[in-house]
Amino acid sequence: MGGQKVIELVKVNKVYDMGAEVQVNALKDISLSIDSGEYVAIMGPSGSGKTTLMNILGCLDTPTSGLYLFDSVNVSDMDDNELARIRNQGIGFVFQTFNLIPRSDALHNVELPLIYSGVPVSERKERARKTLEMVGLGDRVHHKPNELSGGQRQRVAIARALINDPSIILADEPTGNLDSKTGDEIMLFFEDLYARGNTIILVTHEEYIAEHAKRIIRIRDGMIESDLPIERNGKVKAHHDTEKVTVGTGGQG
Amino acid sequence: MTFGTELREGFKLSLSALTANKGRAVLTMLGIIIGIISVTLMGAAIEGLTREFNKSFAFMGADVLYVDKWQWGFTGGEWWKYRNRKPLKADYADRIRREATLAAAVAPEVDRSGKVRFGNKVANNVDIDGTTADYAFVTRMDFDAGRFFTDEESRGGRPIAVIGKDVANLLFLNRDPIGEQIKINGLPFRVIGVRSTQGSVLGLFSLDNVVYIPLGQFERIYGTRFSATIGVRAVPGSDLDNAKEELRGVMRKIRGLLPSQEDDFSINQQTAFTNAFDQMIFYVGAIGLFVTALSLFVGGIGIMNIMFVSVTERTREIGIRKALGARRQAIMVQFLIEAVLICLGGGLLGLFLSYPLSMLLDNFLPTAMPVSIAMLGIAISLFVGVVSGIVPALRASKLDPVEALRYE
Ligand SMILES: Nc1ncnc2c1ncn2[C@@H]1O[C@H](COP(=O)(O)OP(=O)(O)O)[C@@H](O)[C@H]1O
Ligand SMILES: [Mg+2]
Repeated sequence: MGGQKVIELVKVNKVYDMGAEVQVNALKDISLSIDSGEYVAIMGPSGSGKTTLMNILGCLDTPTSGLYLFDSVNVSDMDDNELARIRNQGIGFVFQTFNLIPRSDALHNVELPLIYSGVPVSERKERARKTLEMVGLGDRVHHKPNELSGGQRQRVAIARALINDPSIILADEPTGNLDSKTGDEIMLFFEDLYARGNTIILVTHEEYIAEHAKRIIRIRDGMIESDLPIERNGKVKAHHDTEKVTVGTGGQG
Repeated sequence: MTFGTELREGFKLSLSALTANKGRAVLTMLGIIIGIISVTLMGAAIEGLTREFNKSFAFMGADVLYVDKWQWGFTGGEWWKYRNRKPLKADYADRIRREATLAAAVAPEVDRSGKVRFGNKVANNVDIDGTTADYAFVTRMDFDAGRFFTDEESRGGRPIAVIGKDVANLLFLNRDPIGEQIKINGLPFRVIGVRSTQGSVLGLFSLDNVVYIPLGQFERIYGTRFSATIGVRAVPGSDLDNAKEELRGVMRKIRGLLPSQEDDFSINQQTAFTNAFDQMIFYVGAIGLFVTALSLFVGGIGIMNIMFVSVTERTREIGIRKALGARRQAIMVQFLIEAVLICLGGGLLGLFLSYPLSMLLDNFLPTAMPVSIAMLGIAISLFVGVVSGIVPALRASKLDPVEALRYE
């Protein structure tokens, strides 16, 4: 790997104005860079600023100050519509709560990014179908989210994240709503995507999930605590060593 | 190209959102439905009245002035003033013809209601009109058969008659009336012409239940005490106001009025009715517009409200779409289309319902439902849809994706 920089943050701050002169410094002078083809986990305790960082990396939000270069383009001061284009073309999101559209079937959910980049219908359907086949859901294209299991929903979401061939895949606690077995399956998916050269950024608070990555960035109180590659030998194996068994709620808000 | 895709996606989404909430959608449409019904019914009534009016009053001719004891149209409480005027004499027509340079044709007309008989058939309450040969020119008369009387015939006071279509139908059925002898109030007259159908005034008074006889004959039956109406057709190309002013001068001279005295006659024209008619249309329109505006306003507010609910319900969905790259306009179009579809649905339902209602209304008022009114109804519902949908749609489009995604 070791391709060119796909993400570069320089002294990024995020301040939430709570009114009445109260401010929350959610991110403090964060600087980091991520190369194309990397598999990075962002870790930290609750309230440390993971989601805030994730939102900025995903161009859902802009920093209060500092510089953010995405694919060497400065996106710190872009307006809504320009950011929408970056998200559409450059970023694939995988959320903890899947975030599928309940009224639409799997195929249509996967099509959505293509709709917003203006791909014609026939090509759209074809690509969406292929991508669903790739994640093993070729026989579920016309199922609505509530007709799918948690793991299947997350696979639909992964297909949706992949369809526009994005520069990065951003996953925020992708296994948080899944039981550990299904979670492991999903992690194998990411492993596979990484092997094919995708850039993956994973946000999690669980050590054994983070260990799937090749590099772990730990943050605390809005600052980077450590940023280290993982030394590892051999293949990834399923970790059930933590006592926590997260039960898939199956809900999606 | 992106916009086309967004538009199509917006349509699909709106339709699925609406069908998921059919009851709510129909309830929301109610105001629009009522609004469209009232605007179409108003339009149909105005259109129908106008058509009927134009048909009805065309007989008077736009270039004809009528000197009369009475002021035509709605005159308010001045009835006694007109009532006390001296009758107008039929022979004023001769002086007017001599002195008014802008008069192309002048004919007096006196009328009474009478009984007309042929064989054993009787027509009651026929309008018996005594007039002169020029009357055919003043009124541009057409004939189904025969002709009007000539100048000599009317001067000579021969017992001849021209009958209206109603009288011809009633007394003669399929027989040719020309040359037949009828009796008017017991006196014999020979039929020399049948006037073409003129229709009726606003569908109420037939203009064809009439018999024209020479003025002299009329006076032989009814005497000379009745006030005449004198029809004056202006010279082609002349200004009707000038002709009217000249006519007024001649009439004042005939009546021997001092400069200080006001006119003791009225010069009427079609516009007397046009004005009264315009006033009526104004009231119909004002009431219709009020009901329409009110119900469209209420309907629009209802739709705006339901759209806000719809935006709130789908906040998370909006967040998802934005995260996946939907631009502001894509979100806005989606909700705007939804509002427009609700309104359009209401508009079409309204149109659908107003057709049978206009049939019902037709029993009281003449109505007509041209395509333009239906188009107007559709345009209005589109407009209300856009106006009431724009604020919720804008709000949806401006939602912050982070906040929207967090919404439970
Ligand atoms: N929209 C917001 N408004 C105000 N404060 C916020 C907002 N989002 C996050 N914060 C604050 O910023 C800090 C970091 O939050 P977050 O990024 O959600 O942490 P994590 O995802 O690691 O739990 C917290 O103190 C949180 O209360
Ligand atoms: Mg978080």
